[in-house]
Amino acid sequence: MLGEDRRLQILERIMREHGYEKSALLEILHAAHELYGYFDKVLLEYISERLNLPPSHIYGVASFYNLFKFRRPGEHIISACMGTACYVKGAEEIISAIEKEFNLKRGGSTPDGKLSLFITRCIGACAMAPNVTIDNEVIGKATKEAVLERVRKFLGG
Amino acid sequence: MKPEDILKIANEEVERQKSYKCRINVCCSSGCLPFGALRVLKAFEEAIKEFGLQRECKVSRTGCVGTCSVGPVVIVEPGSYLYQGVTPEKAREIVKSHIISGEPLKETLYMNEAFFRKQLRLVLRNAGKIDPLRIEEYMAVGGYSALIKCLTKMTPKEVIDEVIASGLRGRGGAGFPTGQKWNFVAREKNTPKYVIANLDEGDPGVFANRTLAEADPHAIIEGMAIAAYAVGAEKGYIYIRAEYPLAVQTLREALKQAKSMNLIGKNILETQFNFDIELRMGAGAFVAGEETGILASIEGRRAMPRPRPPYPATSGLWGKPTLIQNVETLANIPIIILNGGSWFAKIGTPKCTGTKCFSLTGKVNNPGLIEVPMGITLREIVFDIGGGVPSDRKFKAVLVGGPSGGCLPESLLDLPIDYESLTKAGAIMGSGGIVVIDDESCMVDTAWFFTDFCVDESCGKCIPCRVGLLKMRNILERIMRGEGRLEDLDVLAELGEYVRDVSLCGLGQTAPNPILTTLRYFRSEYVAHIIDRKCPAGKCFKKEVMGEA
Repeated sequence: MLGEDRRLQILERIMREHGYEKSALLEILHAAHELYGYFDKVLLEYISERLNLPPSHIYGVASFYNLFKFRRPGEHIISACMGTACYVKGAEEIISAIEKEFNLKRGGSTPDGKLSLFITRCIGACAMAPNVTIDNEVIGKATKEAVLERVRKFLGG
Repeated sequence: MKPEDILKIANEEVERQKSYKCRINVCCSSGCLPFGALRVLKAFEEAIKEFGLQRECKVSRTGCVGTCSVGPVVIVEPGSYLYQGVTPEKAREIVKSHIISGEPLKETLYMNEAFFRKQLRLVLRNAGKIDPLRIEEYMAVGGYSALIKCLTKMTPKEVIDEVIASGLRGRGGAGFPTGQKWNFVAREKNTPKYVIANLDEGDPGVFANRTLAEADPHAIIEGMAIAAYAVGAEKGYIYIRAEYPLAVQTLREALKQAKSMNLIGKNILETQFNFDIELRMGAGAFVAGEETGILASIEGRRAMPRPRPPYPATSGLWGKPTLIQNVETLANIPIIILNGGSWFAKIGTPKCTGTKCFSLTGKVNNPGLIEVPMGITLREIVFDIGGGVPSDRKFKAVLVGGPSGGCLPESLLDLPIDYESLTKAGAIMGSGGIVVIDDESCMVDTAWFFTDFCVDESCGKCIPCRVGLLKMRNILERIMRGEGRLEDLDVLAELGEYVRDVSLCGLGQTAPNPILTTLRYFRSEYVAHIIDRKCPAGKCFKKEVMGEA
């Protein structure tokens, strides 16, 4: 996963900026996650080595926080908000419909790696609930039909 | 920079703004942004250029005014005309009709005055009125003059006395008296000391802190600097959810500006006072908002709370005295310093002074962000400000205080809002989430949703929270599958009280609230599930997700 590309140099620079401080672990994990999109063993072991922290500690911290992913996400990402306001306004129904239509489970991807479905914590656009984010675009006051149609469109094209 | 320089910048900005006949404020907050606010902003700028009005009319991007369900919203000054659902096409029409011909575009105006009538905007005083990315605009409305007053005319003790006189209590949920907390940290001899601004707004359905940071970041920074001066801290952290990218970006930019003007950093305004602020991002852990959890997270560890004492005031970040305040609390500080503690103490109720921001969501006609004086009733919030539930449904309950808050029935709607009365009713002030629930929702299912959230977010350190909540959720699932027994209700109540009383931190101590309050006020729904094997709202008995644990 690491490779000798620019991402590694950027990560190294960020670690240097933080003086390889153990207390900056969360900041460094953020940077690595942003660069690579998810964590795998090689990446976490690399960070562990550079910060001189046991791999168990790195994994322990990384897996504690919901934001971090440990599997490569699909090409397109649907993030369905499951905050209180969205739940009360029927988010569950939309999520089940996506699962059924595209044959994937929440937290997972389709076998061809084209589509992932994630459940997110509240994105804070509660007055527009329910909200579904498709590839960084938020659909407010979402309906099952609107979301499915949008996804079908880019999967088809 | 000296204090005079700041006042000069403020005056110049005031003069500059006076040179405009009108001003168009486009809300570019997280509520409006996903729905085309930037396109609207651009359309206004282009229209102003097209009609050659650049000298008369200023177009600004601002923060949230609260009517988030009808975005993108735009305010035209003078007159505070609020437009809703503005599109780029309508933007051009507004310029033509309102700005040029002086005739407001009636069909696009937000006519619901009731939404604002009972509100009192102190914390959100600048939200929607200033450009959060221009420090000059904050200064033009008196920003940073409270910090100047503290540094030049007040001793740290006088600052603390003013805050004590105001009666301000922590807005993060627990309501601890702010001035008293400052006193604890101030009298510690151990240095360095730290100030942490808590913006880890993890409650689903709550967005007040985010809105504040997006609309008026300097109010938070100024409040922090004053707090640091009062307690003798030299370093501060703003701990913010990573799920709030716009708030992160806004704060980052605001910090940069404040640093460049020497409002934070070394020898602030050429005094002996040093205070630096760093931004730290959370990564999606509800428990990181707990005060000892936040410490662990900033130190780069899992955000697991620890027993108190020692309290963070004595032993916080890296074992040093640390003041932790919610950002809403901090944003109150500048106006308390400028107007005096006794002025602030007159607002709200005698024991609960000031205002509180609430995120009003769920089945209500006017969802959005509101700020109301303490002591207002839930009925006023839900029905007067919120406009009640949509006409075809019936009000059933209101959830106050986030996922570990309580579900209160109609009979308690006349409850005045303050920390004590909410706790007595089984709810909490929490971070100010109010979710209105109608007869479409099943209360057992609602309790399940929140319990499930807390099970997921439990850090696993203490047994009552880790195991107790899981057991409670499993019992709920059994009831929802139609396999419940009447004894289950007693077990739920007993377990709930146990988890509440002996959990280590605030998460476990409040997590049973949804179950305990629904048992208390909506027991008949539980009984219907158990005896009649029927869900009155028609929600349960068909869930496939049930019964995995």
